[in-house]
Amino acid sequence: MDWLYILMPIAGVKIFWPGLIILGIGVGIIGGFFGMGGAWMVTPGLNILGFPMAFAIGTDIAHMAGKSLISTMRHGKFGNVDYKLGMIMLVGTVVGFECGAQMVMWLERLGSVEKVVRWIYVGLLLFIAWTVFHDISKRRAKERAAAAKGEQLEAGATGVEWHKTLHKIKIPPMVHLKAAGITCSAWLPIIVSFLTGWLAGILGIGGGLIRMPALIYLVGCPTHVAVGTDLFEVAISGLYGAATYTFKGRTELVAAMIMLVGAACGAQVGAVATKYIKGYGIRIMFGWAVIGCMVSILMKLVQPWLPAYKNLLNTGATVLVLGLISVMSAYIFIKMVQGVKRELAMKQQNI
Amino acid sequence: MKKRMQRYWWALISLVLFAPSLALAAGGGKSAPVVIVADTRKLDGIMAWWANLYNESHLQFMILTIIIIPVTGVIFGVLADIVMGWIGIDLKSRELAEH
Repeated sequence: MDWLYILMPIAGVKIFWPGLIILGIGVGIIGGFFGMGGAWMVTPGLNILGFPMAFAIGTDIAHMAGKSLISTMRHGKFGNVDYKLGMIMLVGTVVGFECGAQMVMWLERLGSVEKVVRWIYVGLLLFIAWTVFHDISKRRAKERAAAAKGEQLEAGATGVEWHKTLHKIKIPPMVHLKAAGITCSAWLPIIVSFLTGWLAGILGIGGGLIRMPALIYLVGCPTHVAVGTDLFEVAISGLYGAATYTFKGRTELVAAMIMLVGAACGAQVGAVATKYIKGYGIRIMFGWAVIGCMVSILMKLVQPWLPAYKNLLNTGATVLVLGLISVMSAYIFIKMVQGVKRELAMKQQNI
Repeated sequence: MKKRMQRYWWALISLVLFAPSLALAAGGGKSAPVVIVADTRKLDGIMAWWANLYNESHLQFMILTIIIIPVTGVIFGVLADIVMGWIGIDLKSRELAEH
C-alpha cells in the first residue's frame, strides 16, 4: 500500500494522498456553499494527516486561494458577486487585519494572550450563532403572522433588520451596490470590513466566518450575494496569505495541488448547490457550522480544568470537526443532486 | 432612540480612529526566524527540482507558487464547468430572488 503515500518534498513527511483529496472535496463543498475559506476545518485535518502545524496553515491558505477563485467564478456567473462591494471591503479588511495582527503582537508583549483570544473567539461565535437563530425564529414568527392573516410573506423579508437602521445613516459618499441591491453610505462597508478584518487579525483567522454574517446582518446583502462576495474577498486575501506564507517557506505546494483536485470539484458542487437551496436554508446550516466550530474550540479550552480527559477532548474535537465536514458536505451534495434532477426533469417536460 | 444611535455611531467612529494608531504605535516584536531546509536526498525528477528551488530562493519559490495556484484553480474550474454543462446543469442563472 506504499503507493497510497506520497513524500512531501518540503515538509519531508509521507502523506496519505487520498486523504488530501477527500479533505479537499469536503471543505471545497462547504467553502463554496457558505462563502468561507474554512481554515478551522482544514488545519486540524492536515494536522491529522501528518503535517507539522506551520505547514498545515500555509498549505491550507494556498489551496484556499485556488478553491475560492473557482467558487467566485461560479458565483459570479450566477450574479452572486458584488465586485464593487468586494473591492470597497477589501480595503477595510486589509487595513483592519494588519491593525489586528499588530495589536496581537503588542498584547503578546504584555503577557500571554492566546487563551484570552480564544475565549473572545468563542464569545464571538456564540454571538453569531445567536444572531443567526434569532433571525430565523423572527422570520418564522413573521411567516406565521402573515399566514394568520391569510397572506404570504414577501420573498425578500428578513427576521433581523439591523441593516435597515444602518442604511438610514447617510454620510456621503453614498454608493449603489447593484448585485446586492442596496444603496448605503460607503462608510458602512468600509467600517464593517475594517472591524471584521481587525477581529480576524486578532483571532488569527481568515475571517469568512465573521464576514459572511456581517455582510448579511450589517450591510444588508441577500444571503447568496453575501456568500459570493465573501468568496471574492477570500480568493484575493488567500492569494496574499499564500504569498507571505510561501515566502516564509511554510507552504507545501504539492499537497495544496492534490487538495485542489478535490476542492475544485467540491467548490463547484457547493456553489451550484446554492442555486437549489433558499437563502434561509443556507443561514440555518451556517448557524450549525458556527456551533460546531465553537464546540470544537471549547473542547480545547476546557482541557486545563480537565487534565484527565485531555486525550479524549482532543480526539473529540477532531472527530467533531471531521464529522461536521462529512455530514454537511454529504447533505449539500444530496441537495445539489436532487436539485439537478428536478431541473433536468423540468427541462425534459418543456421539450 | 435617535440619541442612542448617535452615541453608538460616535463610539464606533472613535474606535475606528483610535484602533489603528494604537496598533501601529504598538509595533511588532521580532522573533528569531526558523530556517527550514528541504531534504532532497530521497527525491528525484520534478520533486527534487522543486525542493532545490525552495532551498535556493524563497522568492522564486513564492512567485511560482502564486502563479501555479490560480492557474490550476482556473483549469480545474473550467474542467468542472465542462463536465457540469455536459450533464445539463444551467450554470448561468439562478431564479431565486430572496434573502
